[in-house]
Amino acid sequence: MEGIRLLIYRGAEAEIIMDTYLGRKVIKKRRIPKGYRIPELDKRLRLQRTKEEAKLMVEARRGGVPVPIIYDVNLKEFTIVMEYVDGERVKELISKLTERERKEICTMIGKNIARLHNANIVHGDLTTSNMILKNGKVYFIDFGLGEFSFEIERRGVDLHLLMEAFSSAHPEYPDLFNYVMEGYRSIYKGNAREIEKKIEEIIKRGRYMK
Amino acid sequence: MIALGIEGTAHTIGVGIVEDLNDKCRVLANIIKMYKPAEGGIHPRDAANHHATHLPHLVTKAIESAKIDEREIDVIAFSKGPGMGPCLRTAATAARALALYLEKPLVGVNHCVAHLEIGRGTTGCEDPVLLYVSGGNTQIIAFAKGKYRVFGETLDIGIGNCLDKLGRYLNLPFPSGPIIEKLAKRGKKYLDLPYTIKGMDVAFSGLLTSAQKYYEKGERIEDICYSVQETAFSALTEVTERAMAHVGKEEVLLGGGVASNERLREMIKKMAEERGAKFFVPEKSLCIDNGAMIAWTGLLMYRCGITTKVEDSFIDQRFRTDDVIVKWRE
Repeated sequence: MEGIRLLIYRGAEAEIIMDTYLGRKVIKKRRIPKGYRIPELDKRLRLQRTKEEAKLMVEARRGGVPVPIIYDVNLKEFTIVMEYVDGERVKELISKLTERERKEICTMIGKNIARLHNANIVHGDLTTSNMILKNGKVYFIDFGLGEFSFEIERRGVDLHLLMEAFSSAHPEYPDLFNYVMEGYRSIYKGNAREIEKKIEEIIKRGRYMK
Repeated sequence: MIALGIEGTAHTIGVGIVEDLNDKCRVLANIIKMYKPAEGGIHPRDAANHHATHLPHLVTKAIESAKIDEREIDVIAFSKGPGMGPCLRTAATAARALALYLEKPLVGVNHCVAHLEIGRGTTGCEDPVLLYVSGGNTQIIAFAKGKYRVFGETLDIGIGNCLDKLGRYLNLPFPSGPIIEKLAKRGKKYLDLPYTIKGMDVAFSGLLTSAQKYYEKGERIEDICYSVQETAFSALTEVTERAMAHVGKEEVLLGGGVASNERLREMIKKMAEERGAKFFVPEKSLCIDNGAMIAWTGLLMYRCGITTKVEDSFIDQRFRTDDVIVKWRE
């Protein structure tokens, strides 16, 4: 096991590496330099974003949302070393479940999102690819587009994105988002109706993919 | 097939004549006249008067330089929107008159879609993500599920507008983009400026205010221009890359007046290289607002049977990119 490093994903902004840390299997997220930016700006952005993402993950956890435990943050290498969540991605799981199980999982997802919003966090990239089921809990990963925000607009956009993700990745199950909202309403501390209205408004703006 | 197009959404009035040759666009004539306000921004009525004054002459000149007979024209296209009402109405009125006089069909064209189509028609790209950067517009557009959709855009002001406003503050003439570009080349010190990205959207007003403050504090103009370009263009490049990753396209196209900026081109090109994608940009006369792009898009629409009746040829100041049914790409 020791010393195995494996690049598992390379996104626009970061690479995700499978690694070991103090004998544990971990995920290392490294923000890669961008050749088109001048070094001053490049470093500033990578530093800010690494810090911000670590903070968001810590706060999300404190708010009761299952997220990977952070083992190390290295601001010289712009890396976050975190727990490897050895479960199944919700994206692949959805079609293997019964409708009842789907409802259960989506309700959990909705509750998690409400907990994030209660902690003034928006995730920014809520898709079923960024959710992992392990030991009966849905873990949220990749807070790279997240931010701290009180705004109803941002919360609406956060949920709307998931709605869109459901309809493009799982069009055969039209009720998923309704289950999510059921869970959301049961935990969200603000006025959930306000958020629902915002989502409707965002849909009407319609510049997003249908 | 030959099309004549009239562009008039903002400060530019233009007439272009194009022909289709093996499905590609051949520009026969493309002339513009730009309204430059003595001070401040564009006054819509003044701009429209300017357009009305120059349009008849531009039409004659375009037909002459295309070396065609006016009866060879198959279709008349005009910029239906989005843009400033008085300017749009001037261009549309001329197009209607011309269509009636020549007894040719009329087509209303979406200005933003035209910026993308002229890129496809002249540069060899097929299915690009367009970064469309001009004074009023800053959008990231790509074709998805039958329509051109806006995946990202500015949440406040267009990048060109941001540069022009900065230019006015620094007492530079309009349009300020090219001068800012020159000054930026002599910049040495990077000044920290707000870098605002939300998902695939950008915002520039915070950056503008912050740049103005640096000027008040006595920072060198060159350094301010340099820092503004580096910050704003990096943000644009980043959201363009995100959009490309999101929609899974391997081509990136630049368009709009700000596409003339060498530094922006360099950044987008570098980003494309780093992700193994292809970079395209039309020649400058086709990047800025022009009649040829309207003519070409009108030709594509007409070829698949779309025309606009004169009585329905109203303009639309808020004409949305995703309101256009893109029949010619089906």
